[in-house]
Amino acid sequence: MAVITDTTLNDDRRRKGVDLSWPTFGFLAALLGVLVILPLFWLIWYSFRTSGRRPEFTLQNYVSLVTDPAMLRSYALAIGMALAVGILSCLIATPMAWLVARTDLPGKRWIRMLVTASFVTPPFLGAIAYEIIAAPNSGLVNIIYRSALGLSADSYLVNIYSFPGLVFAIACFTFPFVFTLVANALDRVPSDLEDASSILGGGAMTTLRKVTIPMVLPAMLAGTLIAILQALTMFGSPAIIALPAGFHVITTKIWSLFQFPPKPGLAAAAAIPLLLITIVLLRAQKAILGRRGYTVLGGKSGTPRITELGRWKWAAIAFVGVILSLTIILPYLALVKTAFTGTIGDAISFDTLTLRHWKFVLFEFSATQLALRNTFVLGVMTATIVTAVALVVSYLVTRKSLPGARYLGVLATAPVAIPGIVLGVALFLSYANPMFQLYGTIWILLIAFMTIELPAGYQQMSSAFQGVHPELEEAGRILGASRLKTLWDITAPLLRTSVVAAWCFVFVGTIRELSATILLTTANTKLVSVIIYDLNESGDLGAICVLGIILLAISFAVVFVANRLPVLGGSQMNARG
Amino acid sequence: MWFKTITAAALGMAFGALPALAEAPAPYQVTPELEAAARQEGKVVFYTATDVAVAEKLAGLFREKYPEIQVQVERAGSERVFQRIGQEYTSGIYNADVIETSDAVHFQYFKREGWLEPMVPQVVADSWPAEEKDPDGNFAAYRAHLSVMAYRTDLLPEADAPKTWTDLLDPKYKGKMVKAHPGYSGTVMTATFVLSQTLGWDWFEKLGQQNVMQVQSSTEPPKKLAQGERALEVDGNEYNVFRLQDEGVPIKIVYPAEGTPLAVGNAAVLAEAPNKNAAKLFYAFLFSREAQQLNSDFGGLRSFHPEVKEKAGRTPLKDIKVLESDPEKLEPMIDEIKANYEKYFGT
Repeated sequence: MAVITDTTLNDDRRRKGVDLSWPTFGFLAALLGVLVILPLFWLIWYSFRTSGRRPEFTLQNYVSLVTDPAMLRSYALAIGMALAVGILSCLIATPMAWLVARTDLPGKRWIRMLVTASFVTPPFLGAIAYEIIAAPNSGLVNIIYRSALGLSADSYLVNIYSFPGLVFAIACFTFPFVFTLVANALDRVPSDLEDASSILGGGAMTTLRKVTIPMVLPAMLAGTLIAILQALTMFGSPAIIALPAGFHVITTKIWSLFQFPPKPGLAAAAAIPLLLITIVLLRAQKAILGRRGYTVLGGKSGTPRITELGRWKWAAIAFVGVILSLTIILPYLALVKTAFTGTIGDAISFDTLTLRHWKFVLFEFSATQLALRNTFVLGVMTATIVTAVALVVSYLVTRKSLPGARYLGVLATAPVAIPGIVLGVALFLSYANPMFQLYGTIWILLIAFMTIELPAGYQQMSSAFQGVHPELEEAGRILGASRLKTLWDITAPLLRTSVVAAWCFVFVGTIRELSATILLTTANTKLVSVIIYDLNESGDLGAICVLGIILLAISFAVVFVANRLPVLGGSQMNARG
Repeated sequence: MWFKTITAAALGMAFGALPALAEAPAPYQVTPELEAAARQEGKVVFYTATDVAVAEKLAGLFREKYPEIQVQVERAGSERVFQRIGQEYTSGIYNADVIETSDAVHFQYFKREGWLEPMVPQVVADSWPAEEKDPDGNFAAYRAHLSVMAYRTDLLPEADAPKTWTDLLDPKYKGKMVKAHPGYSGTVMTATFVLSQTLGWDWFEKLGQQNVMQVQSSTEPPKKLAQGERALEVDGNEYNVFRLQDEGVPIKIVYPAEGTPLAVGNAAVLAEAPNKNAAKLFYAFLFSREAQQLNSDFGGLRSFHPEVKEKAGRTPLKDIKVLESDPEKLEPMIDEIKANYEKYFGT
């Protein structure tokens, strides 16, 4: 009904005055087309070209892709790693989400906040923190383990430089996706079905098994798929942990193809399967989430019931405590400790306490200032532009004001299927040629960040728009205001909280990005994430921790200043590292 | 802009001599005019593969002399610097003024591509050995260092320490070693090449079975020793070991009888340097006695400057059997070395 009214009104309006809808639509379509379609075109184009001075058509890149055992191995390892991460994330997050959403566990608000904090932490920083904690010999955990049990110098408890170590380090930063989705689902699953089970004589466990779990199963699966996707496309953590362990995953392999002389054709070909896997996973997730939506609509009534934990309370607190310590508290402590002591093996005492890493980073290291400024400027620019574009696009799409508007939505969501490293390759190919000399400037990074963050921003804005009824806008339009003026004067203020939240989300996502950035920065366009990565390659952990703390402080400060609401809520959260 | 005219005239004279004689341009001195022109530019961009702390210290010394000139230090592994310059120059981006890596092959490549600006500081013309500078004046050896085997004396008793490269294949060192990557480090690329010639690839194949921790930069294995993450490094910069020894970390270097790989780090000014005068001034500064002495004292680097005094306690280069690499033979082997390396070590 609303749709029909709206279009009828549109027709009236359009006759009366200048409506900027069509120019806006045209501009956005062009912008999104350039952002999304152009790099993908070049990616596919170059995957059929030879590298070198005189490129010509070839299938050789694809032949090497399927015949090179090293390439196949890195794909197999990446897929295995991603599956393991997905399963582990699900196993950690589901019980935690249930405890937080459906029991009388104390401190639930704090737990949700701490889980949110791990969204803000860049995964590569987390990986470095785990190097400090769990390297087989110098890792703090292993040092304590050996001295506590009086073991010889070569025994260790945990080894982060291994396949399981990598899976663990990534899962720590992907489980929040599953947690958020499952907790939200549990908040929404109606209690009357559970009550029915109880009335019919089902015990607590039976109800859980037969009613509650099946109801949240789609959310669990969808969350797990996101975790898998995140792990598959992640660059930073594997580069930090898998390379010392002596294996490549596909993202690090693609990146190694850019060592000089670069093989962009092979890199492009190697990126295509990653793109296809991502699209398949996203479609699967969408199908699953779609079903969940139906279930919830089927019986939304009553408040969720709270299970009393009773004597299990302490076990539950211990479980959540262990998970939070492992994933958030310990890594942060490790970063702080390393920032203030000489080398990571040093015990903490007044003798080993030093500010030398701070002095080095702040006063001697000439890249710091430039990188901080670039990071901040790019973060603010990306967040502002993406939020603005997302606002207008979701307006056009949710209000269905123009025929074809929904394709804008499709374009704005499409980049979610492009892994960061693939986008990096594609943008390098698009803009590092004599025609567009954007490589080496801050603009290529802006384009990359806008493309990467657009889906997240759009997702947030469009769900916000669905919550605002169009009748207020219609009132404005009837009184003669143009579409943009209505949007600005009426809708935008109503959406302020969502806009701020989306802005923060994009800002944080931008400053933690590494996988596309790593291929696109040059000396004058350094970012903090990249200098952290450079410093890691030369083993300067103290300086990394200082930079990491500065980066985190900026992120938290920005989020804190902008709003005090939880920033999260969307399902396809985009947080590549 | 009188100073620009003078510099241009000076450059013109240098170039004028070049085609006629097909040899290095006439050596240049640091003149007040050059200093003034460099001050006017106010900035020099230095792409380097030297350990970041050493490179920043050197930049600090330059700033002390010329407070008006900012030095932007861009440190990455040699192969990464090479990759960056390659990407930038082929895309027509000219950020860098002065470049320095520890892989001599790079400078052959740059020279062939015509990416370097020939120039010879007076001190290089006067004091550098002929084989440590390009006959056409494109580059000269700014530093040298060995890629050394070393161990933590507190974690590995001297009696148990390896004496030769083949000793490293002993099962007792399994899981104790760390080494850097030839795809990232020019030092290790050079070392891998000379060791594969001296010991053969089967030595690497066996070493690959020893559960070696793989890091990227050749500055990193010594740091992993200092952290106590591993007890023994297969390769790594000698100068980083010296620096850690100075800090009191119990590390000892082994110079095996088969020889120790030497990496020569060349420096050059780029043809499209955006700050031409500052680049020229900084380039001359790199070879000056004070800079070279700082590299030796603070950085532990070896120098070709005859007046540089090495700290007591360091084994002089002449007492070490050195394995030298021939960049012309190395260059065609690079892809093969990388492929073999990935086969034996996984990355």
